[in-house]
Amino acid sequence: MRKMILQRLALGVLTLWLISLIVFAALLALPGDAATAILGREATPDRVAALRDQLNLDDSIVSQYLQWIGGVLSGSFGTSAATQEPVSELLSARVGNSAFLVLVAALVAIPLSIGLGVLMAMRRDRPVDHIGSTLSLVLAALPEFVIGIGLILLFATSVFQWFPAVSLIAPDQRAWDVPDVVVLPALTLVLAVVPYISRIMRGSMIEVLESEYVTMARLKGISEREVIWRHAVPNAIVPAIQVAALQLAWMAGGVVLVEFVFSYPGIGQALVGAVENRDMPVVQTVTILGAGIYVLLNLVADLLTILVTPKLRTSAR
Amino acid sequence: MSQQTVDSALDLALDGSVPPAGGSGRLQRRPWLGILASALRMTRTRIGLAIVVLILLVAVFGPLIAPYSPTEFVAPPNSPPSSDALFGADALGRDVWSRFLYGGLSVLWMSAAATLLGVVLGVTVGLVAAYSRNWVDDVLMRGNDVVLAFPQIILALLAVSALGAKLWLIVLIVGLTHAPRVARVIRGAAQEVVERDFVKAAEAVGEKRSRIIFGELLPNVTSPLLVELGLRMTYSIALVAAISFLGFGLQPPAADWGLMINENRLSITVQPWSVLLPVLAIGLLTVGTNLVTDGIARAAIGLDRKGH
Repeated sequence: MRKMILQRLALGVLTLWLISLIVFAALLALPGDAATAILGREATPDRVAALRDQLNLDDSIVSQYLQWIGGVLSGSFGTSAATQEPVSELLSARVGNSAFLVLVAALVAIPLSIGLGVLMAMRRDRPVDHIGSTLSLVLAALPEFVIGIGLILLFATSVFQWFPAVSLIAPDQRAWDVPDVVVLPALTLVLAVVPYISRIMRGSMIEVLESEYVTMARLKGISEREVIWRHAVPNAIVPAIQVAALQLAWMAGGVVLVEFVFSYPGIGQALVGAVENRDMPVVQTVTILGAGIYVLLNLVADLLTILVTPKLRTSAR
Repeated sequence: MSQQTVDSALDLALDGSVPPAGGSGRLQRRPWLGILASALRMTRTRIGLAIVVLILLVAVFGPLIAPYSPTEFVAPPNSPPSSDALFGADALGRDVWSRFLYGGLSVLWMSAAATLLGVVLGVTVGLVAAYSRNWVDDVLMRGNDVVLAFPQIILALLAVSALGAKLWLIVLIVGLTHAPRVARVIRGAAQEVVERDFVKAAEAVGEKRSRIIFGELLPNVTSPLLVELGLRMTYSIALVAAISFLGFGLQPPAADWGLMINENRLSITVQPWSVLLPVLAIGLLTVGTNLVTDGIARAAIGLDRKGH
């Protein structure tokens, strides 16, 4: 097992390194001179020279990469080309807002989908199960921005006016100071991931309910509630945990659109703004953060699978 | 970094994964025709197909019945529906109905092109990887993992920030980010086929590698291929529409569903129609393609025969 875990960790580091090369290469892919391309219409000779200096464009490519990756690893991500502020200062409040949004969504989505999966498995092929399956097929197909705008039309503007359509957060506030504005964006993320987790939970729960030890437990006369929650669910939950980790990883990309829909001041919205302004230091930072979190959560999903699968846990020691 | 165990079973919320060849086990000359035929007997496939055809008709023939040009100013900005403008005017005073009728084609052709690119590339990589079983397999799968490590929308935005909002670039990136996802599924399916006797026989008589890969392996992975085609189409529509909703697709004054939502979302309280129509169309389209895909996947697994 230790060998397998070390192998996964090594692969994760290798993947992160290759990702850093791709993100760095985006700067080289800019047409013509990178500094001129980033500054666009504001490209006065002075500013071009200053930006060339900031991005170390006069050094060799290898040394540019080393200085950039060194900065990323030590937490200094350079200076925003648009606002001249350090990228880390620009993003720090937004990282907190995005993390809070994802956290709220995950805390609602994971227990909810586990519960729904169990319910659908216990009522297999009955109306609840069919309605659940159809709904999950529809929700899984809908793009997250379509869900978000649907919620705005339903709960913020045309039908009910329960929540704000735009998630305004003052600069001196954090998302948790104004919980109202988090409700609809979080609900959007929840609706986007619940179909996936609940269906996996349903499938694995059905498998467990048909197993011999559940029949055995029932024959021994243990109450049905105890059979379900003490014997069946703990065994059925393994694949669902893995999928939940993958869905959390998916949120690293999903928040970009959801934050844009609600003008929620997180890193996703910052990314869209930075792409508009060709603010490459910000784009590169958010991209590498997003990919880093994604790789990390995938790794967690892999490790969890190894840890909870007896066959993998005991073999290849 | 792998999710082999879940794959399209997860994407489609099915209980089992799609077997490499048709579900019946009976030898058929064209197994995919059989799958499509039994998929078409399912209500969900028919509903999905009807939705897709309806949206296709709107997108293709809409411009012919549009009352105005998509760039013509017909009423004061954000006017409510009236006898002159069926669904009112958008934030700039253009006819919402006409812009809606003109705006569907771009999403459709871009997602179709991206899907085709991603599936062709992914199938090729998946089959070559499955057949080679050596360092080529390792290198291809490692490359796969790197592309998979980026959420698709973030990789697209990185490319757009470097090279600008160009339509070919969006098609290329969406296709490229699909390819490793397709490759993983096809490789998994082909790994079983590679072990079968007819492949060994073809090797023994000295068939060329490319003939074995595309002549022997490819026809035996048609079921997962059909499912991937449908799945990637659904995700392509979502991604292409999302990119143009963010403002990095077609540029104003073009008529495009994603762009329409972007341009009018701030006036959603006074004029919901200019947002609602394109949102409904995109949502219906993805639900339609997903219903068709689900039908195909069920037919491929053989769920229709078990009376599910």
